[in-house]
Amino acid sequence: MSPVISPFSLFFASILTSNILLANFLGMCSFISISKDMKSSNGLGMAVTVVLVITGMANWAVLHFILIPLGLEYLRYIVFIVVIAAVVQILEMVIDRVSPALYMSLGIFLPLITVNCAILGVALFIEIRNYSFIQSVIYSLGSGLGWWLAIMALSAIRKKVDKAPVPAGLQGPGITMITIGFMAMAFIGFSGMLQVQ
Amino acid sequence: MNIATLFLAPLSLGVISAVLGALISITDRIVNNYGDVVIDINSGKKDLNVKGGSPLLLSLAEQDIFVPSACGGRGSCGACKVKVLSDVGPHLPTETPYLTKEEQAENIRLSCQVKVKQSLEIEIPEELFNIQKLTTKVKKITDVTHDIKEVLLELPEGTDLQYQPGQYGQFEVPPYNKIKERTQRAYSFSSNPNDKNHLEFLIRLVPGGIVTTYVHEHLQEGQSINVVAPVGDFKVQKTDAQMICVAGGSGMAPFKSIFSHMVDTGEIENREVWYFFGARTTKDLFYLEWLADLEKKYKNFHFIPALSEPEENADWKGETGLITEVLKSYLETKIDTEKTKEGYLCGSPGMLDACMIVMRQFGMDENKIYFDKFA
Repeated sequence: MSPVISPFSLFFASILTSNILLANFLGMCSFISISKDMKSSNGLGMAVTVVLVITGMANWAVLHFILIPLGLEYLRYIVFIVVIAAVVQILEMVIDRVSPALYMSLGIFLPLITVNCAILGVALFIEIRNYSFIQSVIYSLGSGLGWWLAIMALSAIRKKVDKAPVPAGLQGPGITMITIGFMAMAFIGFSGMLQVQ
Repeated sequence: MNIATLFLAPLSLGVISAVLGALISITDRIVNNYGDVVIDINSGKKDLNVKGGSPLLLSLAEQDIFVPSACGGRGSCGACKVKVLSDVGPHLPTETPYLTKEEQAENIRLSCQVKVKQSLEIEIPEELFNIQKLTTKVKKITDVTHDIKEVLLELPEGTDLQYQPGQYGQFEVPPYNKIKERTQRAYSFSSNPNDKNHLEFLIRLVPGGIVTTYVHEHLQEGQSINVVAPVGDFKVQKTDAQMICVAGGSGMAPFKSIFSHMVDTGEIENREVWYFFGARTTKDLFYLEWLADLEKKYKNFHFIPALSEPEENADWKGETGLITEVLKSYLETKIDTEKTKEGYLCGSPGMLDACMIVMRQFGMDENKIYFDKFA
């Protein structure tokens, strides 16, 4: 049975208190590598959100209409990954058609969403927490927006940090990891307000 | 696990994958279908009806308009520039490294990177209309050194190919071994433009090179091969300035074409030519007799071969050292400093850059140094 949680709480909790990036540390590779540039961060955040919502819905449907009735839940990892790969491929074609500039600026990172653990993580959280279809959509959307918010925030901070007198040994990835740690601590501050289970 | 589940698992996985695969192909058909579009060239001079969805370079080539592209459309040579007057979106990150700010402001684009998605208006130089795709026949392949082949091609009957010595053609080789697509690479003509029936190239084997490996290991006499020609703007200027020519390896090709044409026109009698040819060892030298004959016959023609790493036991009486050092010493001591000079260079980017530094040191005008860089 689906857990009793208000859509409002689920939505805001998935964005803030249970932020997929800063609370679960999923999707870190592209988070760190793309956040150097705000435009690309914005594009990738948007792409991750769209992929999350579509794969969240698709994986929920596959799980509930095919895998559970047939008693094949143990295939969920491989099936979820195949669905994610297909959705990313389709999205690639659509972005190339609609916005070639965004497509080119995302470069290798768009196909890399296929192996972004945040995407698979959300699909598995949906399954573990036994969310209903509506809850899955809200949770996927919230997680996507949370990921987007986190990468935009990091990108904005990095822009400022680039001009700051950072000690030589800490420049680049070092200061970025420290910044992410501070961001995660700041987001933990929200955890008393809402929780998702 | 019972037998039914054993079959059910792969079957379900197969069905899910098949449905997703079908979804991908349907999306591909819908999203990548741009319908028929028109490319308007030079304000209505030519209108091409093409199927949308392909890069502009390929769409033009399908209609026999060949924009030069040394890399064959992979976006790594920056040669296939065209002016696109229609709005096709901002310059892509793959284009900007090859375009100056002025070119970007003038809407110059790399035609291999611009996808034809709607009807377009473009501007290209008129001479591109003369470029043809010719199916030639390999008449003779000769080893001129251990790694350079002289490839003589027979042009199809009735071909009217007019080119300037110094220009180049693009070899198109078919898929072979692990190479799955047709590949084009640019090579200078070494033939005399007065020979209306043949084209000749000097092709040096580049380890791992797609086209050079094909030419060296697969191309046979009697076989057909496509050549897109003529392309390029490296040619002799119509002045009476001294020509200071420098080449290395297969960079000999345009100079063979230039000198044999100068002999035909008689220009070689009136114009002073200094031709420096750099090689590593004696086994990298070729056409020595022909060039020595020219030197003997025409007092204005000077041929200076130089070896950078001559073999110890080689009976080498010519210059030694890097070609730049030899060039420098000749500019210092032998070449008339008062006369106007023009530089003509063909070879590797490193050699060309080094020669240009020397030429500038000796007061040669940068705008009068012409070159054909191996990209």
